[in-house]
Amino acid sequence: MSQITPEVVAAHSITPDEYERIVSILGREPNITELGIFSVMWSEHCSYKSSRVHLKKLPTKSKLVVQGPGENAGIMEIGADAEGNPWCIAFKIESHNHPSFIEPFQGAATGVGGILRDIFTMGARPIAVMDALRFGPLDDPATGARNRRIVDGVVHGIAHYGNCFGVPTVGGETVFEPSYSGNPLVNVFALGVFRKDQIFYGKAAGIGNPVIYVGAKTGRDGIHGATMASGEFTEESKQKRPNVQVGDPFMEKLLLEACLEAMQTGAIAGIQDMGAAGLTCSTCEMGSRAGTGIEIDLMHVPQREVGMTPYEIMLSESQERMLLVAYKGREGEVLDVFRKWGLDARIVGEVKDDGMMRVRDHGKIVAEIPSRPLADEAPLYHRPYSKPLRTAPMEAPAFASKDLTKDLYTLAGSEDLCDKRWIWEQYDYMVRTNTVQGPGGDAAVMRIKETGTSVAMSLDGNGRYTYLDPREGAKLMVAECCRNLAAVGAEPIGATNNLNFGNPERPEIMAQIVEAIEGMAEACAFFETPITGGNVSLYNETLGDPIFPSPVLGIVGLMKTQMPAGIAFREAGRDIYLIGGIGAADEVRMGGTQYAKQVIQQLWGLPPRLDMTFEKKVQGAVREIVAGGFAESAHDVSDGGLAFCLAESTFGNEVGAAIELDSTLRPELLLYHEGPSRVVVSTSDAAAVERIAAAHGVPAVKIGTTAGSELVIRNRGEVLIETGVRALKQCWAAALENKLHAEVHA
Amino acid sequence: MKFGVVVFPGSNCDHDAWYAASHNIGHQAEYLWHSDTDLRGSDCVILPGGFSYGDYLRCGAISKFSPIMAAVKKFAAEGGLVMGICNGFQILTECGLLPGALVRNRGLKFICKPVRLQVGTTNSPFTSAITPGSELTIPIAHGEGCYIADDRTLDELEAEDRIAFRYLDNPNGSLRDIAGVLNKERNVMGMMPHPERATEPLMGSSDGLGVFHSLVSAFATHK
Repeated sequence: MSQITPEVVAAHSITPDEYERIVSILGREPNITELGIFSVMWSEHCSYKSSRVHLKKLPTKSKLVVQGPGENAGIMEIGADAEGNPWCIAFKIESHNHPSFIEPFQGAATGVGGILRDIFTMGARPIAVMDALRFGPLDDPATGARNRRIVDGVVHGIAHYGNCFGVPTVGGETVFEPSYSGNPLVNVFALGVFRKDQIFYGKAAGIGNPVIYVGAKTGRDGIHGATMASGEFTEESKQKRPNVQVGDPFMEKLLLEACLEAMQTGAIAGIQDMGAAGLTCSTCEMGSRAGTGIEIDLMHVPQREVGMTPYEIMLSESQERMLLVAYKGREGEVLDVFRKWGLDARIVGEVKDDGMMRVRDHGKIVAEIPSRPLADEAPLYHRPYSKPLRTAPMEAPAFASKDLTKDLYTLAGSEDLCDKRWIWEQYDYMVRTNTVQGPGGDAAVMRIKETGTSVAMSLDGNGRYTYLDPREGAKLMVAECCRNLAAVGAEPIGATNNLNFGNPERPEIMAQIVEAIEGMAEACAFFETPITGGNVSLYNETLGDPIFPSPVLGIVGLMKTQMPAGIAFREAGRDIYLIGGIGAADEVRMGGTQYAKQVIQQLWGLPPRLDMTFEKKVQGAVREIVAGGFAESAHDVSDGGLAFCLAESTFGNEVGAAIELDSTLRPELLLYHEGPSRVVVSTSDAAAVERIAAAHGVPAVKIGTTAGSELVIRNRGEVLIETGVRALKQCWAAALENKLHAEVHA
Repeated sequence: MKFGVVVFPGSNCDHDAWYAASHNIGHQAEYLWHSDTDLRGSDCVILPGGFSYGDYLRCGAISKFSPIMAAVKKFAAEGGLVMGICNGFQILTECGLLPGALVRNRGLKFICKPVRLQVGTTNSPFTSAITPGSELTIPIAHGEGCYIADDRTLDELEAEDRIAFRYLDNPNGSLRDIAGVLNKERNVMGMMPHPERATEPLMGSSDGLGVFHSLVSAFATHK
C-alpha cells in the first residue's frame, strides 16, 4: 500500500491542518483509501467548508417546507388530491460546471442525471428540468470556436439525457460573457412530485438491515470528480478528462422506474443516490444521518473493470447507481423488482450500531472511519473577506444613441437576448403531457395531474448586476424570479440556489460570496421564498481569472391549473399597460444593463435600484390580474428594458403596438433602463386592470395599444422607435444560429 | 374499448398514451409488459414513444425481438388494430409491419415542436373521424424521424392511399413529406407526431383526438 507522504496528502488537496484533524479523528495515520475518502468528503464540493458558515444566514423554513437543506433535495407541500392525501414537490438545482468545460456533452448529460437521481431517490417522479447556462462569447476571435463547441456539446448533452430519460426540459436561461470562456456554467434544476406519505430519506436505519447496491456497475470513471470541482482550472486540468463521468440515460430511466416500484413494496428503509464521491458519500452520509454505521464488502460491488483497488471503487463516480437499505427479511422483494427491470442489485453489507463506516475487501478491513465526523465534521472555514472584487468604474461614460431603432436591433440580435429556440427545440419539453407553458415564457408552468393545481418555476441570475454589487444584484435576482412567477399568475413558495463563484481563498472573491448570500437571504425572507436546498460551486477560475459572481436562483410557485396569459400580444386594439410605471433611472444605474453591454459595450456603475416593498406590491397586482384572467398577455420588464420587453411581446403572434410614453427621462434611459418592479400587460378589460392596480397601490400606466404589424414607440409625440415587427423578429430569431455557425476569421 | 400500451424498457410516452386513452378519451387502458406475450384482451395495441432499450443500436432494432412483439405481430395478422407512435413507428418499420425506415433528421438534431399536418387519407380506422383534407397541429419530438423508402414503395403507398399524414412544413426531411403510413391491410399505422400529446386544450392542441375517436368508432362498427 502506498506510503502517505506530505506530497500524497497535498495531491489530495488536503491541507496539513486538515491532515492533523484526520489523524486525530482516526487516532492513527490514515491509509491511502481512507485518505482518498476524506479528500472527497472534505472537498469544497461535498462539504461546503468555505460557504457553510454563511449559508446558515439563508431562510429555510415556512409552513409548506417539509424538508429543508441537508437532504438530497428540498421538499414542499403543494396541496391535496381528490381523496385528501397531501402531495409534495421535491426540487433542487445543481451545477456541473467543471466537467462541462472538460467534456461538454458528458459533463452536461451527467449533470442532468445527477440532479434527477437526487429527486427520485426521495421517492418523487421528476416532471420538469430547467437549465441555467453561461458560456463565453460565440464570436470572440480567440475563444469563439471553443465556446461554440461547448454550447453545442452542452445542449446536445442535456437533450440526450433528458429526452431519453423522459423528463421535459421546460425552461432556463442562457447568457454569454467573456468571463465564462474558460469556465462555462451548467446549472441544472429538477422538480418531482409525490405523495407526502411516500417520501424516502437517505438514512441507514435499523441495525442489521441489509445494504443493497443497485444500478450500473462501478468503473474507473469520475474518480476524484468532486475534488476536481473544488480546484481552479490550470493547464493540467485538460488532462483530467478521465475524471468526467459518462452517463447512460437509459440505465437511469430503468433505475427510476425500478426505484419507484421498489419503494411501493414497503421494504425499503432508506435510499440515497451515488453522486459526487460515489459509494463513499452514500455510505457515510446514510450512516451519519441515522446515527448508525454501515459495513460493506467491496467484493460484492458489481464492477465494470477488473483489478480495481478499494481506493478506486470507493472514489469512483460512475453514474446511475443507488445505495439502499432494506428491512431485514424483505430484501427479496426489493431484489425482485430490480431483477424485473434488468438491473444489478447486490447485498453489499449491513447496518451496524457502532457509527463506523467500515469497508472490507474480501473480508479484510481497508477503511474504518467514524461516519459522523467524516460526513458532518469537515473543517469549517471562516475565510477572510474584504471588499468585493470589481474593477469597473463607477462613473458612466458619455453616451448618446445615433439611432434608437438600430439599438433595438442590436439588442434583439445579441446572444443574450435573441431567441433561444435553437436550444430548447432540441429538448423534449412536452413528454408526460404536464407542460402548460414551456420554454420561451417568463416562467414554465407544469400541471400536477393528481392535485389539479400547477407549479410555476423560473431560473434567474444576472452576473453583471452581482459583479457591480453582489448584495443588490442578489436581491434583484430574487425579485425578478418572483416577478416571473407573478407574470404567469403564480404565488412563489420556495427556492433553491446555485452559488457559482471564483476562488474563496481570495478575500475579494469571498466578499462577493458573503454579500451575495446576505442579499439573497434578505430578499428570500422578504418575498417569503425559503431556500430548501441548493449547491455551491466555487473555484470557477481559469488561470486566475474568476467568473462574474454568478448566483442562480430557481423559484417555484403555485397556481390554479389554467393557461397563463403568455408574453405575446394576441390581437390588435387592446390596451397596453405598464404596471409599476416607467420607474427611475440614471446614467450610473445603466452600467449593468444589456444596453450598456451590447450597444455601448462597457460595464460600469451600479445595478438598477430595487425597492422590495414596491416590488412586492407590483407582483401582487400582476398576479391578481393574470390569475383573474384579465390579461391577454403579461411580460416582465428585465434585460433590455421596456423597449425590448415590448418587442418580445410583439413577436409571438406578430401583433404590433403603438406606444405613447410621457417621460422626462432621456430616450436611451427611458427605453432601455432595467429598473425592476415593472410588467407589461395587454388587456381587453382596462377597468379591471386599473382597479386591481389601484387596490394594490401601484401605478398602472396606459402606454398604448396593440396595433398592426409595426412597433412604434413615441415619447411626448417624438418617435423614438419605428420598425416592422417581422423584420425585428427575424433579426431576433436568426441570431443564435447565425452566430453558432459563423466562421470566425481571426 | 380497451387500449393496450406496451411498456418496453426505455419507453417514456407510455404514460401519456395511457393517460390520453383512459382520461381524455374515456376508455379502458392497460400497460403491457415487454417480456409478456399476453395482450390481455386489448382491442388496440399502442406502441408508445420513447427510447426502447436505449435505442443505442438503431431505433427499435432491439424491441422487435421482445416477446410482446411476437404477440403484436400475430394480433396484427389477425386484423387487430396496432398504432405505433414515434419510437413505436420505428419499431413497426424495424419488425416489418410497416414499410420504409426512419433515419436521422435532416438537420441532425432532435426537434420538439408542434407541427402542422395534413391528413393523407381518411379511409382508415385511425383517421376516419378526421375531416378529409383537414389540417392538424400535433407535436413532434424525435431525433430520427426522417421517413425513407425506395421510390417503388413510396409510389405504392401513394397509389394505395396508405399515407395517413403528411407534414405541411417538413421538419425532418421525410420523403414526400410523410409523417405516418398504413400497412396494406390498413389495420396497422405508424406516425412520428404524437397524437396523445394533443388531446386536451391544456396540452396546447386537441387535434390528436381525431386519431383516438377514429379508433373508437372503428371498434364500435367492427363489434
